[in-house]
Amino acid sequence: MSEDFFQGYKGAALEMLKKFNVRVWGQAEVDTTRGMFKGTVLPRAENDDDQHIVLKVITGYNIGVDITTVLSMIETGYKKANYKIPEKEFPVTPGLPKVKLIGTGGTIASRLDYRTGAVIPAFSPGELYGAVPELADICNLETEKLFAVFSENMGPDQYKKLAVAIGQEIEKGIDGIIIGHGTDTLHYTAAALTFMVQNPPIPIILVGSQRSSDRPSSDAALNLMHAATAAGHGDIAEVMVCMFGPTSDEYGFLHRGTRVRKMHSSYRSTFRTIGDIPVATVTRNGVVPQKAIYNHRRKDTNVKITPVFEEKVGMLYYYTNMQPDMIDAMVDNGYKGIVIIGTGLGHVNKPIYPAIERAVKKGVAIYMTVQTLWGYVHMFVYDTGRDLMAKGIIPAENMLPEVAYIKLGWALGQTNDLEKVKEIMLTPINDEITSREPYNGYLIYQGGVREIEDFIKKVHK
Amino acid sequence: MKDHFDRQLNYEESKQNIGYVPLKQATMDDWKRIGFMSGLEVHQQLKTKEKLFCHCPAGIFQKKDSYDAELIRHMRPTLSELGEYDGTALMEFKTRKNIVYRIKNETACTYDVDDTPPFKLNREALDYALEIALLSKLNIVGEVHITRKQYLDGSIPTGFQRTAILGVEGELPMKHKKIRLIQLSIEEDSCREISDIGHFRTYSTDRLGMPLIETVTYPDMETPYEVKEVCDYIRFLNRSTGKVRTGIGAGRQDVNVSCIGGTRIEIKGVAHTRWIPKLTHNEAFRQWALLHIREILNERMPKSAVWKMNAQKIDLNNFRFSNLPMTEANKNTFSYHAINLPGFRKILSHFTQPGKMFADEISERLKVIACIEKPNMTHSEEFEPLISEDDFSKMRTLLNASDDDAQIIIWGPEADMKTALETVEERCLWAFKGVPNETRKSFEDGTTIFERVLPGADRMYPDTDSVPIPLLDEYITDLRTKLPTEVIARYHQLRAWNIPEDTDTYIFKKNLFPIIEKIVTKYQIAPKFIGTFIGHTLKFVEGHYKKSPYFNYEMIVGLFRFLKEQSIEVQIAKEMLIVIYEHPKMDFESVLATLKFKRIPKSEILATIPFMKEKFQKIRISSKPEVETQWIMGELRKMSTGNIHPAELKNTIEKTNN
Repeated sequence: MSEDFFQGYKGAALEMLKKFNVRVWGQAEVDTTRGMFKGTVLPRAENDDDQHIVLKVITGYNIGVDITTVLSMIETGYKKANYKIPEKEFPVTPGLPKVKLIGTGGTIASRLDYRTGAVIPAFSPGELYGAVPELADICNLETEKLFAVFSENMGPDQYKKLAVAIGQEIEKGIDGIIIGHGTDTLHYTAAALTFMVQNPPIPIILVGSQRSSDRPSSDAALNLMHAATAAGHGDIAEVMVCMFGPTSDEYGFLHRGTRVRKMHSSYRSTFRTIGDIPVATVTRNGVVPQKAIYNHRRKDTNVKITPVFEEKVGMLYYYTNMQPDMIDAMVDNGYKGIVIIGTGLGHVNKPIYPAIERAVKKGVAIYMTVQTLWGYVHMFVYDTGRDLMAKGIIPAENMLPEVAYIKLGWALGQTNDLEKVKEIMLTPINDEITSREPYNGYLIYQGGVREIEDFIKKVHK
Repeated sequence: MKDHFDRQLNYEESKQNIGYVPLKQATMDDWKRIGFMSGLEVHQQLKTKEKLFCHCPAGIFQKKDSYDAELIRHMRPTLSELGEYDGTALMEFKTRKNIVYRIKNETACTYDVDDTPPFKLNREALDYALEIALLSKLNIVGEVHITRKQYLDGSIPTGFQRTAILGVEGELPMKHKKIRLIQLSIEEDSCREISDIGHFRTYSTDRLGMPLIETVTYPDMETPYEVKEVCDYIRFLNRSTGKVRTGIGAGRQDVNVSCIGGTRIEIKGVAHTRWIPKLTHNEAFRQWALLHIREILNERMPKSAVWKMNAQKIDLNNFRFSNLPMTEANKNTFSYHAINLPGFRKILSHFTQPGKMFADEISERLKVIACIEKPNMTHSEEFEPLISEDDFSKMRTLLNASDDDAQIIIWGPEADMKTALETVEERCLWAFKGVPNETRKSFEDGTTIFERVLPGADRMYPDTDSVPIPLLDEYITDLRTKLPTEVIARYHQLRAWNIPEDTDTYIFKKNLFPIIEKIVTKYQIAPKFIGTFIGHTLKFVEGHYKKSPYFNYEMIVGLFRFLKEQSIEVQIAKEMLIVIYEHPKMDFESVLATLKFKRIPKSEILATIPFMKEKFQKIRISSKPEVETQWIMGELRKMSTGNIHPAELKNTIEKTNN
């Protein structure tokens, strides 16, 4: 069982440990040409080199010892660490709403993974209560770990399973649902659930965190409290994403699942509603709707679950000099639907026209969205656009590219009749297409300008 | 009603009982008696262009109210790598502070406010830090692992400091003994605190992220003065590389102190080494006093496990309380609690530090943990009672107090009262156990106040955002060739040169040894003269004249090269220095011209001596020959400075017969 004793070590470093009979979690004294080092041998991350042994020294710091400097090594003791979030039973308070937290992975709660040196998710009501005891003041929480995958590994199978699980919970009369999710593809899942779970009587809140919960300044706890408040007490019965409003610990936004997008690789306030305003803000004191119209919470259980998805659907991000073979390749590989993310108002270059014609002839559904993210596809403005429509590309209005992709997969999952698909695509279920873009739906201010600087000095972004 | 004891007298008696002596009167026996023990953590900023984990410029500071934006964060305790919650972490969480960060775009980026992961560690900083680690004779690690050290006070927006050990087990050769080093780490500096009022603590982010090293010693120091000596040595060693920052806040130290039976108390952020002796002395005695309190309490109440205080919310209308120091507004909104502390009579006014008593320990914790600004309490053993005896006796009845008890009244916002009451009880329970683990904030007068609960090793966590950095032998060997000579060797060299010891601090503080060495070896000028020229003259000039921003110490080397080349007697350098210091762009000839210096042959000057002697005979202010010599030297000063060595002139005057 060498892997148990020498966790993560390989090659020369592994040989060195074996030679001197020193195990991972063993207390070791290592004599080297650079002097003596004492500490507990820690596991090594798989991708790190085989030239060093990691020690935790008495002061709690970790150091690496270069094996080429090692003269001798002895193990003087052994103590394996037990990394565990303290589990406490989640208390039930009469009168509080019953909320179900469905886990999918992600960093809402996480712990260290020695294999990769990164963090891995940890999750149970007890663990969560241990980490965020405030949750017990908001709701009576139940949790279920549906799967534990990183955000980038979420896909159609998971969307469908989630939709079914949500349907079952609604059937059982839950007051609200929270879905813990990694943030990278949170908006894909939000769109998928909006389509697969229609007319829900309760809030369905997707939540994640941008800073893992192993960090004191993590946004995880506050996001979770906001999500629990929105799910348990909020009146908005829609699929929504709940994440930080500003980067400050102040309030969260509830974004409609079809209009939300991750807009910064690392900011806490990364999720933004595109082309509209967020549905609501949320604090621990409650939900404050920002939009006048939304679906209200109901007492019934009349939800429509449609857990289908055609996997042979893809997206093509158009770039200058794109060659027709990009489209041909998808068609030849049996793709049934393609969402093109075009330039400007929804354009691609002429050389790929024949490929588009060929695709349409083969019965592939092609929809056009825009790289600008904000604004509508307008294919009547220029000849290019008219040509493309003539060749069978359907403009997807102001649907976000990722949302169009999800919706096309979901539509093709229901029917192969392209007319029906078109009807499904262009009939908005929850604002994935809006009939108008409000003036305050596009706000990207640029710094440096005095009035903006005055603004951000006063208002937290 | 029991006797109304004299609180001031009790205070003085308790001070005598523990055998407190002020630092100046203390002897080795006193420190031995209480088992004084101390160690250091010396922080030093490195002189790099950029911060440690991002590309913001290092060393640019803003005024407190100059910022472009603010943001708010809260800190939550998390688990350490070994799966434990840290004690401080939980306390900090109790305080529910809103942390406000002020950002200036020029000096802070999204990394600083924890919205971007770290960039690669600054190699310039690593080079500098390793140089110092080598000078400190530490065992250099094979691979640098960035670790997160939790700080929940908000001083770092991530809630942890990225830090890494570069070397362990080093040694400092002091004059009389060797001091062992535990480790040296490289780390990012924290924010500067702007204010901390109630539930809001505000920080500036300009200093945040600047490269810093921390040298940690073993608790090898046995007297308060030795702590200062070692601290100075470490700072001089750091400065000897010429790669560290100087100025306010560039070097700071935490001093760990304990006495026998006490505990390691960390006095944080001591700005000046000259404060160290008094601070460490008083801290050791504070612990000694707390141990004495423990003894008294355990004797009075052997079953300390069942000790409980008794608190009652009180209605101000039932009391007069006219003297309580609070505003009218607070009077109406605050909540008031009277607390009975069974068996604490004469404990509240027990001595702890000069000018402080045990009750202060409670009040300081109320401020930090419950976020209630001072004044936040009063008690039955104040030197000048704020509450009438009448009110107190009413309160005693209300609380069912006995004669052996003490009472306090606390006040503050209702929402903070739960934590406040817990805080009072917790501190009182600690009194039965001895000295609570804490970090303390220092003051110039040598006293300290409670700052935080002392964190343990449990707050360390590997940084999952960065990869280990290997340190190859070739790299270390190369760095080793560039090291300056050791401070202790320099110290011995100064003595061998007969340079007086009183110049040491200035020379090492300003890292001027290399300048002296250069002048001595290149221009064969008497080392003692150069030593005092730097250690006395330059120091004086620096303290009394306005320095031009263009002045640098290398100019002094140039000055002596000039004098040597021009065969001008070096005494004149003292006068030239003032001019150069203020006008460094002036060439040396012009400096001489400003001083109205004329080149006069030595023989010509010496030739005037007989004439001067005659002149002195005429005025004859004294018959003593040394007065005559002095008078002639004075008369010839203008002419002789730069042309003849004063000793030679003096010698000739003395030898010239009248």
